[in-house]
Amino acid sequence: MQTNFSVEQLRDSDNAASNSVLRTCVHCGFCTATCPTFVLLGDELDSPRGRIYLIKEMLESGKPATEEVVRHVDRCLSCLSCMTTCPSGVNYMHLVDHARRYIEETYKRPWPERLMRGALGRVLPHPRLFRLALRGAALARPAAGLIPTGTMTGKRLQAMLSLAPAKLPPQSAAQKPQIHRAEGARRGRVALLTGCAQTVLAPSINEATIRLLTRLGIEVVIPAAIGCCGALTHHMGQHDPAMAAARAAITGWTREIEGEGLDAILINTSGCGTTVKDYGFMFRDAPPAEAAQAKRVAALAADISEYLVRIGYQPQRPAPDLTVAYHSACSLQHGQKITSAPKDLLKTAGFSVVEPRDPHLCCGSAGTYNIMQPEIAGQLRSRKLATLKDRRPDLIAAGNIGCITQLSGDGMPVLHTVELLDWMAGGPRPDAIGQSDV
Amino acid sequence: MIRLPEPKAATLAKRDAIIAGLRRILRDSGVIAEAARLKPYEMDGLTAFRQPPLAVALPETTEQLAAVLRFLNQEGVRVIPRGAGTSLSGGALPLADGVVIGMMRMNRILEIDYDDRFAVVQAGVTNLGITAAMQSDGFFYAPDPSSQLACMIGGNVAMNSGGAHCLKYGVTANNLLGLKIVTIEGEILDIGGMHLDAAGYDWLGLLTGSEGQLAMVSEVTVRILRAAEGQRAMLAAFRSNEIAGACVDRIIGSGIIPVALEFMDRPAIHACEDFAHAGYPLDAEALLIIEVEGSVAEQDELLGRIRAMCDEFDPISCRVSQSAEESAAIWKGRKGAFGAVGRISPDYLCMDGTIPTGQLPLVLRRIGEMSDHYRLKVANIFHAGDGNLHPLIMFDANDADSFHRAEAFGADILCLCVEVGGCLTGEHGVGVEKRDLMHRQFTEIELDQQRAIKSAFDPDWLLNPAKVFPLVAA
Repeated sequence: MQTNFSVEQLRDSDNAASNSVLRTCVHCGFCTATCPTFVLLGDELDSPRGRIYLIKEMLESGKPATEEVVRHVDRCLSCLSCMTTCPSGVNYMHLVDHARRYIEETYKRPWPERLMRGALGRVLPHPRLFRLALRGAALARPAAGLIPTGTMTGKRLQAMLSLAPAKLPPQSAAQKPQIHRAEGARRGRVALLTGCAQTVLAPSINEATIRLLTRLGIEVVIPAAIGCCGALTHHMGQHDPAMAAARAAITGWTREIEGEGLDAILINTSGCGTTVKDYGFMFRDAPPAEAAQAKRVAALAADISEYLVRIGYQPQRPAPDLTVAYHSACSLQHGQKITSAPKDLLKTAGFSVVEPRDPHLCCGSAGTYNIMQPEIAGQLRSRKLATLKDRRPDLIAAGNIGCITQLSGDGMPVLHTVELLDWMAGGPRPDAIGQSDV
Repeated sequence: MIRLPEPKAATLAKRDAIIAGLRRILRDSGVIAEAARLKPYEMDGLTAFRQPPLAVALPETTEQLAAVLRFLNQEGVRVIPRGAGTSLSGGALPLADGVVIGMMRMNRILEIDYDDRFAVVQAGVTNLGITAAMQSDGFFYAPDPSSQLACMIGGNVAMNSGGAHCLKYGVTANNLLGLKIVTIEGEILDIGGMHLDAAGYDWLGLLTGSEGQLAMVSEVTVRILRAAEGQRAMLAAFRSNEIAGACVDRIIGSGIIPVALEFMDRPAIHACEDFAHAGYPLDAEALLIIEVEGSVAEQDELLGRIRAMCDEFDPISCRVSQSAEESAAIWKGRKGAFGAVGRISPDYLCMDGTIPTGQLPLVLRRIGEMSDHYRLKVANIFHAGDGNLHPLIMFDANDADSFHRAEAFGADILCLCVEVGGCLTGEHGVGVEKRDLMHRQFTEIELDQQRAIKSAFDPDWLLNPAKVFPLVAA
């Protein structure tokens, strides 16, 4: 596609990268068909191709972002379904990441939105603050009905309260920085990103991961001083906090790589995985030593399902008579192109695995999207739950805490794939599955 | 650069009133009027030409569509119908004083009847969406343009779209039973029905391929078919375009009608392999994808005969797909071919002409010579079985000279198609792209007859004007 950047503009590294992305797009429109927001809203402006064009015009103009553009970029889930569909290989992720940053730096949002986005960016990545906020939300829940929903802010507050679980699971010591030794002979050594929100919402996921890996002879390191990987703020366009978080993670992992060594950096929240695997690009302009470290970390990053396939997984218990509807998180299927590994593992574990119609469509979670765009997120959630339940499963499995939170609360147990794998390999039965179900 | 008619000053002057009128019918959410938001509607799949419209209207029902057309007709405003905006001939290119009517929100499947084998769908349902809705019951809608994932059935009717499998099943026109149309006066009419051969004149035939110039389509009744027991694709690789072209002629000449017979040359093979990882032979100069269907015995028999014919042309390799996954990858590459060329060139012009299959070797050689002459690379991807060519001329839109050479190159190819006894368009329509070449195909008298038909439906030429006919007389 034709672009109109000046030589001066192209000296900026972000512009240069976006220019080459735009030049790859041939405007064929294939991406529109698999975009969740286009399917729901039926407007070119809410399709990847429309957004690409809006972003192109915004970046070329060099002027501050306008409300018209922001509205449509904000509605993008960053599910990256378009990247799976695109025959030309357009890196929409890098383009929209740039646009979000550009918007954050040049556009002044209305104050309630500013406040909310600022709070989300500050609270979510920090487990202590997040836990505190969730306790507050649980207390405020009975008053949710009093919030007027005539405004977007009201709807967002409601969404936030309804997403907050009524009761938080107890804190888990296993997630704290430490080394979990392998059972028996050590076959490998990995670092585990325990995540930020996940440690508060569902510590059982990390516990299951650690149990399963150590049982398979893998030593699991949880390095100190690694909190959020930066994905959350990165997706909100908050560049500096995102880079700071990523830098801390890179430093922590590099210490391990150069110390006792790592076979992989494991991630069991696929939203984070997509970002960590992109560190090489994010740090492309960093000083050479740091850029090299970022690249090395990105190359070692692997989703838990990828790694389990690599080292081999075998169940220890007899196959349960359970049908699992596998929900493919966008960050896994589109962001990391991991499609068959989780399903294959679940089948190996003895589950019957079914998939919903339109498995490529997002469930509406998408980081903070379900709070900031509650209406679209709600429609996507209903649609996803309906297509999942159509297959008459006993439970739903997914590889991302965002999706798990989004799809929970509808009467159907929603678990992380790794919890089921751990169970079948000798771990405890996940709490969410009642005794009577087996 | 393409010439567009002068915008009507009267229309531009009452822009605000027109937008207010549209908002009365469609509310704010169905009308786009801000300059920044109109920009992404300035082109379709033909990126060479761009023009933001006056406004965009997004109706959700046939009644809303009728009200919008009635209002715009009263105001004398030009109308540009648009489906998914995947046209490669600029069929949905806006005008500065025109309102684009986007059909994307009319995306519901209204009825599927397996006993009588038809489906009624709104115009904004995607081509693949029709098949997806019935696939699990063993039925499908046959025409399959490469953009079938995204393109919408309303646009397929407007352009009489084809596709790889049209060699056996025919193009859109052969698979339609009825239409609900809205005239420029806002009148809602049903034509055709739920069975073949409706009474009276063949209005369906007249409207199919009329490029949105006679009426707008709001619902389509399509013929659906039971899927074959199975299908298998064969990849046959050859040492030159001409040899592969001759082989196509041999197969078709023998009387065999494969379900699809597709051609790709070296640049296309490499770009598509990069995207689809289908195991295309990278050492080949030209590749044929030949698909047969039916029972296993039928497939074996046909593939055997086709294989023997390929062997007469000293192929580099012949490989039959061994699994459904392999076949899916083979077609993913072919269907994504145009976009995949985006991997090797920033821009392309996708041509669409038809020739008698006997002329394939000659035409392919001449295209090669033109490529040297214009110093532009070309990737040949096309429905070889029915002689429908899609040479993709690669250029760089950031370099004006390269674009002008591409335009001239394209015109030469299409003139060559007419010269060897073929025609200017296969399945993409005339649009704006081939508008000025229509003289090559038709005499002025013939064009006048066609214009008279348009005038009968649309006396003021408000529906998708500046397309199909050379501008001078429009």
